[in-house]
Amino acid sequence: MEIVFGSERLKRGFAKMQKGGVIMDVTNPEQAIIAEEAGSVAVMALQAIPADIRAAGGVARMADPAVIEAIMNAVTIPAMAKCRIGHFGEAQVLEALGVDMIDESEVLTPADEEFHVDKSKFKIPFICGSRDLGEALRRINEGAAMVRTKGEAGTGNIVEAMKHIRLTKRQIAELAELKHDGLEAKAQEYRVSVEFVKETAKLQRLPVVWFCAGGIATPADSAMVMQMGVDGVFVGSGIFKSSDPARMARAIVEATRYYDDPQVLLEVSKDLPQTMRGIDIKTLKAEEKLQARGV
Amino acid sequence: MKIGIIGLQGAVSEHLEAAKRAMQKLGIEGEAVWVGMPAELDGVDGIIIPGGESTTIGKLMQMTGLFERVKWLAKNGTPILGTCAGLIVLAKRGDEQIARTKQPLLGLMDISAIRNAFGRQRESFEAELEISTLGKEPFRGVFIRAPAASEVWGDAQVLAKFQGKIVAVQQGGLLAVAFHPELTPDTRLHEYFLRMCR
Repeated sequence: MEIVFGSERLKRGFAKMQKGGVIMDVTNPEQAIIAEEAGSVAVMALQAIPADIRAAGGVARMADPAVIEAIMNAVTIPAMAKCRIGHFGEAQVLEALGVDMIDESEVLTPADEEFHVDKSKFKIPFICGSRDLGEALRRINEGAAMVRTKGEAGTGNIVEAMKHIRLTKRQIAELAELKHDGLEAKAQEYRVSVEFVKETAKLQRLPVVWFCAGGIATPADSAMVMQMGVDGVFVGSGIFKSSDPARMARAIVEATRYYDDPQVLLEVSKDLPQTMRGIDIKTLKAEEKLQARGV
Repeated sequence: MKIGIIGLQGAVSEHLEAAKRAMQKLGIEGEAVWVGMPAELDGVDGIIIPGGESTTIGKLMQMTGLFERVKWLAKNGTPILGTCAGLIVLAKRGDEQIARTKQPLLGLMDISAIRNAFGRQRESFEAELEISTLGKEPFRGVFIRAPAASEVWGDAQVLAKFQGKIVAVQQGGLLAVAFHPELTPDTRLHEYFLRMCR
């Protein structure tokens, strides 16, 4: 009997199972267990959280597979890990390790300025960051099974993610006005197969699961972006940079589910542990912004 | 007919669409609704617990009071379909992994669930299943980090096995499958469930 592994349906289907959920950045098994107990749908295994990567500088690479493996073994929920943009070597290591999804992430230092990883060659699904519809469709065209906003990781500031959500939605709405020739022109402009542009125009949403990432630090941040129409959220530095990660994690999980119920939001927002201090985007120099990596 | 889809996390919209398609096929007038709070289950003829992360769904069900409400409705005869994570939530017993996460189980079906019975996402697969209850045509099973039942007892009936593992079980008005019928165009499993709700 024929058994199919790594099909597009299995990759995109995995992403669908994450909908409505919170995926948390963790750097060790203890944090992973806190995330799982709080109701996180998956963990992102990292050597350091984005706020610390940003502070440390230097070349940021894939985490030590031993660190990732320890996290994978500590929890029953899916464990994801990041590779550098274009670094198919790191991606192969992560696939051999058996992580559930690879994030080809701008938080790490890009390895290739010309190409992203050819994700269609892998059996495990990928997620990639984007700031606008063109970037999102290019990543889907390369085989990404899920897309997330880039936002500005490690800042605890939601403003850039909001910008990326609004821009992407506006560009999707504009597709509805276009006829065949217009869609062909868009496909050329975005450098993607016209099929993806047509599908997006018809669905009036991205053809894969779309999460928000990069700057979520509070339950209200998560509720706001969920109301904007994303399918779920990544919380990087916001949880384990707060003074009580377990409480913050639970509060963000509840706010993500009840994003449209202000009464629940009020309850979970009261007496929150101290949130991360955060960074005003205007104080970042252009070269300090991670979102410009890998377009 | 009104079918409530437990909409806390996971593939909820896919089940809404599949239930609507199945209603159309059977010529049933009705609606499928997204359920987030216990009151939204009032007047439902059937409940679907979708796939997603069973730890998350279980915890949110308990927090919202949906847990007790669903249990009560099931005991009073409301049919329930659980897929993937839903199979785990319906089970009476869980394996070590399930016990360790202390995730709440509804404990409605006489089955013992194994989490990630086939492995991680790399081992997720599609295969044709023989489910005689649904007819001769094989059913495309989409297994994503899927669970399975290691054993069933009492009135629970095995409907399908794959590689020796139990992947579909029915016990009276309760139906649990380890795969994702909502991710394929084939609506036979949803149709079968809707007939149970009639």
